[in-house]
This record gives sequence, C-alpha cells and structure tokens, in this order.
Amino acid sequence: MNDDLTMQEASESANMTDSAPTDMASEASTPKMTARNVNVFYGDKQAINDVSIDVNMDNVTAFIGPSGCGKSTFLRCMNRMNDTIPIARVTGDIQLDGDDIYAPKMDVVQLRARVGMVFQKPNPFPKSIYDNIAYGPRIHGLATGKEELDNIVESSLQRAGLWGEVKDRLHDSGTALSGGQQQRLCIARAIAVDPEVILMDEPCSALDPIATAKIEELIHELRGKYAIVIVTHNMQQAARVSQKTAFFHLGTLVEYGETTDIFTNPREEKTRDYITGRYG
Amino acid sequence: MNSLTETKRNPTDWQGPAMQKRIARRYAAERRFKALGMAAVMLSAGFLAFLLVVMVGNGFRGFTQTELPVDIDFPAVTGGASASQFEGPNANANLQSMGLREIVDSSIEIQYGPDGTELFSPGGWTAVSAMILNDPDIVEQKTTIYLPVISDIDVAYKDAGNPEAEEKVRELGDRFSTGFNWNFLSHSDATDPMQVGIWGAFKGSLITMVVTLLLAFPVGVLAALYLEEYAPKNRLTDLIEVSINNLAAVPSIIFGLLGLAVFLNFFGMPRSGALVGGLTLALMTMPVIVISGRNAVKSVPPSIREAALGIGASPLQVVFHHVLPLALPGILTGTIIGMARALGETAPLLMIGMRAFIATPPNGITDPATVLPVQIFLWSDEVDRGFVEKTSAAIIVLLLFLLTMNALAIYLRNRFETRW
Amino acid sequence: MTSATLLFLVIGLGLVAWFFGRLKASGMQASGETSRSALHSLPNYHGWYVALWAIVPAAIFMTIWNFVSPALITDAALTSAAAAGLPQDSFSRAAILSEARAIAYGNQTNAFNPLSQSMVEPYREAIAYYQMIGTVAALLMVFACGVYAWLQIKPDLRARTKIERVTMLILLLASLIAIITTVGIFLSLVFESARFFSMVSPIDFLFGTEWNPKAVAGPRGETGFGAIPLFWGTVFIGAIIAMIVAIPLGLMSAIYLTQYAPAKFRAWMKPILEVLAGVPTVVYGYFAALTVAPALRDFAVSIGIAGASSESALAAGVVMGIMIIPFVSSMADDSIAAVPSAMRDGSLAMGATHSETIKKVLIPAALPGVVGGVLLAVSRAIGETMIVVMAAGLAANMTANPFSSVTTVTTQIVQLLTGDQEFDSPKTLAAFALGLVLFIVTLLLNLIALRVVKKYREAYE
Repeated sequence: MNDDLTMQEASESANMTDSAPTDMASEASTPKMTARNVNVFYGDKQAINDVSIDVNMDNVTAFIGPSGCGKSTFLRCMNRMNDTIPIARVTGDIQLDGDDIYAPKMDVVQLRARVGMVFQKPNPFPKSIYDNIAYGPRIHGLATGKEELDNIVESSLQRAGLWGEVKDRLHDSGTALSGGQQQRLCIARAIAVDPEVILMDEPCSALDPIATAKIEELIHELRGKYAIVIVTHNMQQAARVSQKTAFFHLGTLVEYGETTDIFTNPREEKTRDYITGRYG
Repeated sequence: MNSLTETKRNPTDWQGPAMQKRIARRYAAERRFKALGMAAVMLSAGFLAFLLVVMVGNGFRGFTQTELPVDIDFPAVTGGASASQFEGPNANANLQSMGLREIVDSSIEIQYGPDGTELFSPGGWTAVSAMILNDPDIVEQKTTIYLPVISDIDVAYKDAGNPEAEEKVRELGDRFSTGFNWNFLSHSDATDPMQVGIWGAFKGSLITMVVTLLLAFPVGVLAALYLEEYAPKNRLTDLIEVSINNLAAVPSIIFGLLGLAVFLNFFGMPRSGALVGGLTLALMTMPVIVISGRNAVKSVPPSIREAALGIGASPLQVVFHHVLPLALPGILTGTIIGMARALGETAPLLMIGMRAFIATPPNGITDPATVLPVQIFLWSDEVDRGFVEKTSAAIIVLLLFLLTMNALAIYLRNRFETRW
Repeated sequence: MTSATLLFLVIGLGLVAWFFGRLKASGMQASGETSRSALHSLPNYHGWYVALWAIVPAAIFMTIWNFVSPALITDAALTSAAAAGLPQDSFSRAAILSEARAIAYGNQTNAFNPLSQSMVEPYREAIAYYQMIGTVAALLMVFACGVYAWLQIKPDLRARTKIERVTMLILLLASLIAIITTVGIFLSLVFESARFFSMVSPIDFLFGTEWNPKAVAGPRGETGFGAIPLFWGTVFIGAIIAMIVAIPLGLMSAIYLTQYAPAKFRAWMKPILEVLAGVPTVVYGYFAALTVAPALRDFAVSIGIAGASSESALAAGVVMGIMIIPFVSSMADDSIAAVPSAMRDGSLAMGATHSETIKKVLIPAALPGVVGGVLLAVSRAIGETMIVVMAAGLAANMTANPFSSVTTVTTQIVQLLTGDQEFDSPKTLAAFALGLVLFIVTLLLNLIALRVVKKYREAYE
C-alpha cells in the first residue's frame, strides 16, 4: 500500500542540521534496521499486516496511532520480544545492519543486547540502582573488572541524566526512586549494554508532565548516539521528539515520513483525520 | 547537561571469539538449568510412582488368598443332616450345635494326615458355615471346598517365606489354588492375618465421617457466610479471622490433645467412639470449609446481590436465596477436599483411643471404633509377615476412596464452576 | 425418658408449633379483614417464629439441666438408707459412687465392690425422679412458650425481622466456634502443662538433655524430662533433612512448570504433584518404614557408616520432604506468578537468557514469598506425626548422623499418651507440655510466614 514510503533517505540527510556527531554522518545514509512485508499473527488473529519500514541511526522515529493499532506489537518484533508470547508468529523480513534477525543463526540474546528496550511502565529490578545498571554488563561480560563496571555504571547514569541525582545512593533500591527517575534508570540500564538501537514503548505514559519533559529532553540528548524508536499515543510528543513519524492504523502502516510533513501536510486522509482528532 | 566526565566506550565486538565463547557458555548454563527443572519434576513424580508401585505391588496379594481343597462328605460325617435344618429361623442354632469345626478338621485329617489342620487357617472353617447358610443343599452331598491355608504358607506360596513353609509349599505343589479373599472386604480386625478384614475399620471411617460432616459443614458454611457477607470490621471479626487461619495450620496432633483433654476428660464422652473422633476431626475440617466457602462466596458477583436488594429482598434473603445457591458448588468442592483430608488423618485419633483392637464393626457413634488409617497403622506394627500385604491392601482401599472423593471434587468444580 | 428422645420430642413439637403459627398467619392473610399488604411478614416467618419460641428456651433448659442434674442425683442418692454404710474417706467413697452411677446408667454391668451394688438402686430411683422432673419441665416450657408466641401473631408482628435477627445470631455463633476452639486448645494445653510444671521444673524440661520418661522415679524430684533431644530430633528431621529434599525439588519443579513447561505438560503435571500432598501421612509412614528405611540402612552399612539404624532420621526426613514438595512448589509458584511480568520482560529485553532472568531477577524478587512458603512448610513438617512415629524411632539421641535414630516431639506425644493412661502422672502431662511447645512454635512460624507473604504481596500491588 505504501510502496514509496521509504525512498526518502537522500533528502533526509540534508535535513540533519542538528548536533549529530560528524563520525555518524557516514552511517546516516544506510538504514540501521529495515523491515519488509512484516506480518504478525496472534493465533488466528492478524495483528500486523504487511509493514515495511526503515529506521535510521541519526533519527528519532516515532510510531503513532490509535490504541490497538499494532504499533507496540511491531516494536516488540524488532528485538524479538514477541518470542516470549507462545502464540505469536512473525513472517517477513527484519534486518539489523543487513542481518536477518529472525534467521536461525541470529542469536536472540545478542540481538536484544544490541537492540535495547524501554517499557511503558518503569520496571527497575528490585535491586540497588548500581545492580540495576550493572545487570546487563554483568550477564554479557562487558566489563573485565570492578573499575570498568563502575565506569560503565557511571557513564550510563551520566548519559541518562540521572548521575547527579543518585550518585550518593547507588546502593539504595531502584524501586525507591520516583516514577520519572525509575524510567530514566531503565533507560540507563538499556544504555549500559551499549546497544545500537533503543526501542521505547510509550515511555512517558505512566509519568507526570515534569518527568515526561525530562525524558523527552533525554531522548533529544541521546539522538545520534543510538537509533531510537519511540511508540507514543501522544501526538505532541511525537512532534516534539521525532524527526520521522510512522502512522499505524488497524495493523497497517498508513503513512511514514518526515515528522513535519506528517503533522503539517499528511498525504493520507486517515492520517489527517487522526492528526486533527477525528478519531483515536 | 552531563558530558563532564563521560568516558568513551569501545563498541562491543559481538562476533569476537571471546564473546562467542561466552554466549555458548551461557546457553549451556541455560540448558543445564532447564534440565535441572525437568529432573526435579520427574523426580517428584517418580517418587509418587514409586510409592504407588510399592503399595500396589505389595497390596494386590492382600486381596487373594492361597487355598487347598478339602473334600467333605457331609452325609457321612453329620450322620444325615438335612438341608431344611439350615433354613429359617433355627439355622444359626442348628449350625452351632452340629460341631462344624470338628467336621471340617476331621475331613482335613483324612486327606492331609494327622497334622493336616496345621496347614489351614484356624478360622477357615467359618467359611464353610457361611457356605451352608448360603446354600443348605450342600449338607446332603459330598463337596469339595477350598479353604484358606495358614498365613506362613500363604506368604511362602505367594512370595518367599520361612524354610518349613517353603518345604510344605514344595510338597503340596500343584494342589494349591488362589482365590479372591472376600474375608478382607467383609471381616474386621483379627489376630490371624488370613482372617482380617477392613470392613470394621471402613464402617468406623464412614460413621466418623458422617459425624464430621454433620458438624463441620453447617458450622463452616454459616461462618463463611457471616464473615464474607455480614461481619462488621471490628476487633471481634479480626479475631475470628486470625483464629480460623491459625486453626487451619495447627498440627493435627494438637487437635488430638484437645479431644483428649476436653471431650474425653472434661465432658466424659465415651472413649474410642466415632462421636469423639468425628468431633475432633470436625474442628480440624471446619477451618478448611470456612476458607474455601469464603472464596466461593466472594466469587459471586456483587451485581447479583444488588439486583436482589433492588427488588426489596432483606440482606438475609439475598444471601440464602441468591448468594448461597450460587456459591454452593465451590463450597462443596472445598468440603470434599477437607473431608478427604480428615479421612486420611491418623494422629489425632490415636490420642482419643481409636486405636483399640476392634473385632466387631461399630453400630453407633458411641461404640468403640477404629478407622481405616488407624487400622493401617495398627497392622503396620504387626510382626507376622502376613500383615504386610494386608496393610498395603488396606492402603490401596484408602487411596481408592480418597481418589474417588478428589475426582468428585474436580468433577463438581468443572461441572458447576461459573466464570463471572 | 432419655435426653435424646426428649430432644427429638421437643423438635417434633417445634414442627407442630411451626405448622400452627403458619396456619394462623395464613388465616389472617386469607380472611377479608386484612389485606395482603397489611401482613408484615410471610406466613412462613410466623411459623418459624412460633417454632423457635417453642424449641429454644426448652433446649437451653435441657442443656443446663444436663449439667445440674448429676449433682442433684448424687445428693439424692446419698440421702438414701444405703448411703449410710459408705466409707468415710472421700477417695474410696467417690470410687464406689462412680461405679454405682455407671451401673445405674447401664454403662457397666457388674460391680467389683459389693457396696457399689447396694448404691445402684438408690441411684436408679434418683435418676428416674430427676429425669421425670426434667422431662415435664421441658415439655411445659415448650407449650408455654409456644402458646405465648402463637398468641403474639398479629398482622403487624415483625416476624421476619425477628427471625433474621436470630439467624444472624446463629451465624455469629458459628463463627465464634473458631475462637472457642483456639481458646480451648490453648487453655487445655496451658492447664495440663501447668500441672506438669508443678511437678517438673520448666527449666529442666526446656533445657535438660536427658529424655527418659520411663525411668522417672518418685512423685517429686523427677528427672528424665529434658526435652532438648526431642527438639533437636524434630528440627533435624523436619527443618533440616526434609527441607534439603523439599526446597530444591519444590522450587525447581515450580520454576520448570511455570517458566518452561508447555501448557499441556503443566496441566497434567501440576495435579500429579499435588497428589503427593493428598496421600495420607500414615501411607507415607508405612512407605518410609517398609521400603525407604531398610534401603537406607543397607546403603549405610555397605559404605561402612557406624550406628546405622533401621529407624533412621534420614528415612523419616526424606519421606517427609517428599510429602512437603507440593507445598513448597505451590507457594513458590504463587510467589513467582506475583512478580510482575514487566520484570521478566525487562530482563529478557536486556538480552538475558531465560535462566539468567529466573536466577537473577525472578527468584530474588519472589524471595520473600518463597521464604514465607518455606516457613509454612517447616511448620507443617515439625507438626507432622505419623511419618516420624512409624519411621523415626524412639531413642532420644542427640546426634547429627542422619543414619542413626532420633525421636521427635510428636513421636513422644503419641508414645506418652497411648497405652494405659493415668491422668495425673507427669508422663501423661508431659505430652501436653510438649504439645504446648509445638503449638506455640507452629503458631509463631505461621504468623511470621503470613506476615512476610502479605508484606510481599502488598509490595507488588
């Protein structure tokens, strides 16, 4: 249906006037993840219908759409979290750096380390802040010693903008933090494994406006260092944080393009109706 | 806002040999862990299977008895008794006066020599009297009757016994036959393992269960209704709830001590009777019924109560006309499970003296009685090897009984359970 | 008339009263003078109103009478001529009286003491006299109260409200039985234990290391009631050996069944494991004594362990552990299920393997629940009786050798209270003291466990 939607990379790198580091610029032209003709079934029910999309390193991509449109389902396909649901079945082709992530030789443990995920509700482990961050590096063996692990924890918290708030209580429980801090802790936890892509599934829906603003600011900071995909039901948020936006409806991808285009000049009627609040 | 001390990290080399090796190790750990879990499940199920195999393996022999044929020429030994003597009201008296035991013994001695009676179970001749009452015509003819052998030979024939018995078994070889041990189902406790039966204990269990049910069910249901539907939030209610939860976890032997101190010594109720046993078990079962009853009542949706209140039913009518009937399957399921537990209970009944040697089945709630699990316990203490298979056979009966009750509970749950 | 027949008669009269009450009320309803709406309650409730009035006061009277009349009967019998010949010392006097009473009631056929025989006749007369008084009074009450209630029936009688109030009272009474039972347990244990501790010092009992009640000599200066070996045996079997078996097997079974097993396997396996909890303990005891214990002893002998007994702590402990498996596993199952799935997803999304997620996230998060479950399991194990009675033996050894025989609190309670009992001997009373200790310990374990589990549930709600 939207066969022409992804052929826009050339124009897009020109739009990149923001503070993307120069060493990333060369990667900007090739997509980090590509999905082609993806279908997802839950038992007999089809949840995703023939979706094709590209995700770039130096963009924040937003998935928007009414609830139940399949945007979260599709997001969970991108690091194979759907594997945990026994009745879910995925067909089509999703690639990370040109490797099929559903290929038998693809290791799902490594894949998830490279494609991190932040969930709707903050879900810190009932451990100390330090252990929450160190969890990933420990299981993947990313640090060779205590000092290196300390460094990873510190730099991850730095990047997540949480270091200043928690550096004196690293050994307090992660669950004792406020909701917004918990969510930033989860982002820091994802960063700690040094992923290439970060998927965020409505990361602000459980947070108050101030905490939401902080997370949005953080996403802004992280842009360019990681390919970021954010699912949101909040169109203002999509407009604020993303450069590219995909609009999903009833399991299909209706429109995908520059965020400014989607919000000011959508090509599809359905998109326009949704943006202007006719349904949702 | 943060790039003060940020350290530069080298990108992780996911394809490097070190990382690949690490991943392989992690997957191996994963497989080991999974196998460990599987092994735990299998080991647990294996224990159950082993237990059942041992019990059935030992126990199925308890339902059979080894027999030897005895030819009895009734017209010759009785001097011409007629069948009509053993019909009607005088049958028992005539049977007793005819000296059946001597008749049987002399017939045995004719065939198996002067020591022949030592081959046979001492109480075996009673089978002949039962046979005559059943079919008086046999006293007018010559018949072959199969009588149970003594316990030692029975054990030796079925399995392996002491040397003399083994010798006898070899000697008589093909004359043995195996019959179904009806005595086991119809008799009560005895000193001779060939003559024991579980009927007395079974009947004791039944009477005790009836007493338990009659006491625990109404009290349990009423208490569940009160706590779930009417109880105000106050100290008394809290105290009741704490008591019930606590009683559900009190060791069963403590209930035995309570029964001994209160029912027997304080109220002076008859010892060893099904009444005290039933009372004690009822106190044990009641919390189980209350807890399951509360869950069943809780699962009835409030909309039903509101609908009934809305058409002017009083709170009591709401509960007894609407809530209770809907909750009943759940309550019954819980009751059956509680009763099954009471049926298998032994320790508290030992405390109140239900461990006596009961050779006649109880006929009332105050008669001395015993129950199946206690009978199993008593037989397990016997030294005679013949009791081993009887104990296991009694266990099979008990387990079948419990299985039926649990199957009934599951059936009730599946049949009537409503998902609101 | 015996009290049972009297009770049935009263209940029968109650039914008659129900019928008359209902009849009068429906008569009012049917007659033209009152419309349907004027009758406050349905006729049924009026029937119950009259029936309850007829039965309840008489039943209360009969209960009280049952307690009072034996004393009256004895007094009456003592005033008879035969009583003059009774011995003066109260002990033999009481023995004769109780024998005569038993014969008079028909509980006993022959008297050992001829004096008792002479007292039987006065007793019989007194019994007949007081039973007649009781019967007449009870029946009079039935009639008087029934008629009173019947006269009360008027259209505006709030019969339903009154009946409901009574029903509510019955519901409350049913609930109170739980408290009464708890108090009954506690009082009977404390009362008998107090008598025990008046003969044996609590310090000697709780901290003494020699348990040998058979060797107890005189009425004072008893020794051999040091319960430490029993406490050790109980802990050794129930809290150590049984838990070494039950915790790993129960926990790993729960983990496998909830996290790995296909739905169908789980649907079959879970009930099968639960069967382990439904097998009567006497069956486990027999299994332990008949199969497990001899096998373990042979094994111990074959590897040359000294002091291997055919009644070993290991046999009882292992079999008890098997019995406890489903208990631990279902508690672990609940606790793991209570951990929010977001935790699991969070860990998996970091690239943790399933087992890493279980070991490093799920189990630590579920730990309080699991610990609570284990405490409950321990409380059940130390109160378990039949397995240890049949497999653990009676020798009060203080040993850590699992192949030797130890004894437990519950074994000794059974041992002390079966066979011939004199109710005042310290031997019998010691059983109640042991029961009190057992009751308090299991109570504390349960309270702690429930609190831990509750706190943990709240943490995730």
